[in-house]
Amino acid sequence: MKPQTITEKILSNHSGRSVYADELTIVNVDGIMATDTTAPMAIKAFQEMGSRVWDNQKMWLVLDHAAPAPNERIANLHKLMRDFARQQSIKLYDIGEGICHQIMVDQDHVRPGQIFMGADSHTCTYGALNAFSTGVGSTDLAGIMLTGKTWLKVPRSMKVVLSGSLRPNVSAKDVILFLAGQLTIEGATYQSIEFEGEVVENMTLASRMTLCNMVIEMGAKAGICHPKGLTLPYDWTPIVADPNAVYDSVLRYDLSELLPQIAFPHSPDNVRNVQAALGTPIQYAFIGSCTNARLEDLQVAAQLLKGQKIADTVRLLIAPASNQVFMDALADGTAQTLMEAGARFITSGCGPCVGSHLGVPADGETVISSTNRNFKGRMGNPNANVYLSSPAIVAASALKGKISLPD
Amino acid sequence: MVFSYGDNIDTDRIIPGKYTKTLDMSQLAAHVLEDLDPAFKDTVRQGDVVAAGFNFGCGSSREQAPIALKMAGVAVVIARTFARIFYRNAINVGLPLLEIREHDIAPADSLTYDLKTGQVTNHTKQKTYQAAPMPQVMIDILNEGGLVAYLKKNGDYKI
Ligand code: SF4
Repeated sequence: MKPQTITEKILSNHSGRSVYADELTIVNVDGIMATDTTAPMAIKAFQEMGSRVWDNQKMWLVLDHAAPAPNERIANLHKLMRDFARQQSIKLYDIGEGICHQIMVDQDHVRPGQIFMGADSHTCTYGALNAFSTGVGSTDLAGIMLTGKTWLKVPRSMKVVLSGSLRPNVSAKDVILFLAGQLTIEGATYQSIEFEGEVVENMTLASRMTLCNMVIEMGAKAGICHPKGLTLPYDWTPIVADPNAVYDSVLRYDLSELLPQIAFPHSPDNVRNVQAALGTPIQYAFIGSCTNARLEDLQVAAQLLKGQKIADTVRLLIAPASNQVFMDALADGTAQTLMEAGARFITSGCGPCVGSHLGVPADGETVISSTNRNFKGRMGNPNANVYLSSPAIVAASALKGKISLPD
Repeated sequence: MVFSYGDNIDTDRIIPGKYTKTLDMSQLAAHVLEDLDPAFKDTVRQGDVVAAGFNFGCGSSREQAPIALKMAGVAVVIARTFARIFYRNAINVGLPLLEIREHDIAPADSLTYDLKTGQVTNHTKQKTYQAAPMPQVMIDILNEGGLVAYLKKNGDYKI
C-alpha cells in the first residue's frame, strides 16, 4: 500500500478504502456539534429532509455564542434548540457550561483517530487529540444529521516540524501566531497541517488545542498533532504517518529564539514581535475564547498579576473556556488572584470574541485579546482596533495600560 | 451591475457576527457587507455580480454569509480563489460561484456569464475568462438548487 499521512489514514479508516490527497470520498462521521449561531439553520434544513437524527448519541448542541441570550430574538433561537434537543434526546449544553470546543474535548465527545465535524470553523481544534476535525456550515451539518456521512476532498498535507525549546513567556499562541504570519491568511488553504517536533511533544493537551485552533486562520481544513507526548486517561491507538508519506510541503522551524508574537489590526496574519507594538495604549483587555481561556492560560495571567492591580484606564474581562475551567480556577485560587488584581469574570462562553454581547469595545478603543480573530468588526465594533496575543501579553498589558512584555 | 472588492474579504465583513443569530433571512440582506461597503445593501439589485480577489469568504463557517449575498440579490460571486468552507456553504445554499484565478473585473465592467461552462465574457475589456471546474458532486448539488433539495432527491451523497 502507498504510504499515507495521518490525514489520509484517518480518512481512509472512515471511507472503507484507501484514499489519498485530492481524491473525493464519502466518510462516516463519528461526531457532530452545532452552536446557537449555526444550529437553528441546521435544524431548519434538517427538518425539511428528515425527522430523526441518524444517531442521537453522536450529536451535541451548545449554547455559547450569545448565551445567556442578550435579546428576545436569540432567546427564541435558544428555545428552538432546547426543544429540538428534547425531541431528539440529544445532549444540549446550556448557557454558561462553556465554549463548544472545550466541552467536546473535556467531555470526551471526540477521541483520537476519529472524524468530527462541527458547525463552527474552529472545530479544527480537536486535531490536538490526533483526530481529524473540521468546520462545516449549517446545511452540510444537516446533511450529516440525516445520513451520518459527508463528502469531502482529501486534503493535501503540510508537515510543520517545530524544534527547539520555547523561551519563558512564549507559548503555543506565539507559535501559531508566528506561523500565521509566515504562511499568511490563505497560506494553507484546503490543506491539513500535521504538527510534530520537540515543541509539540512538550505541549500539554491545552496547548495543543491552542495550536490547532488557529490553523483555520491560514485557511487550513484541519490541523493534527503528532501523538508523541500526549497522555490521555483512556486507552487509544496513536496514528502516525508512514515513512515516505507524501507531503505537499515540509516546513521546519527552530523556535528556541522565538519572541512573544502579536497580530496587529485587522487580520490574524498581520503578525510581528510584540516589541513592534510596545507602548500602544489599551483600554480593554480580554482573556477568553476557544484559543486561550483554559486553566493554564488563567494561571499564567494570575502569576503575572498576583498582588498587583491592573491600570485604572483598563478593563480586564475573563471568560473561562468552560464552567469546569472556572471551577478549577476557583479551587486553586487562580480566580481570586485575578479578581483581586481587578479582572472581572463573565459567563463562560464566546461573548466578546464574536461581538455578540458581554463586552463590545467603543469607537476608537484599542483592545488586546487572547482570541483568534481580529477582522474589522469582529468584536462587535468596526471602529475599534484589536490586537491578538497570548494570555501573558494580555495580562502584562492590562497591568501597564499599554501593550507590554511581562517584567 | 458589478461590485468589485479586494483580497481576503472575511465573513465578518460579509455579515458581522452580531447579526447572524436569526432565522429571518431578510435581516441578513439588510446588513450584508455593511462594514466593507456601506452603500452596497441599498444599491445592489437582483442579478448583480460580486467580483473579488483571493480567499473570498475566509474566517467563520457561518452560512449566513452566502445567504446574505443571495438574499440581497447577488446572482454569482466571481473570485480569484474562495475560502473552502464558504465555497461549500455557497453551493449548499444555491449561490453560484466562479473561481477565476486571472481576472481583472472592475466595477463598471459589463459581463455575461455561463454557469454551465464557467465562461465569463467581459464586454468592456473585450476578454473572456474560464472558471476552474467544480467537482461533479458540487455541480449536482448546485443543479438541484442546494444540498437540501439534493438530499431530498437522492437520500445520500453520490460521488
Ligand atoms: S470562542 Fe470565539 S472563536 Fe471560539 S467558538 Fe466562540 S466565537 Fe468562535
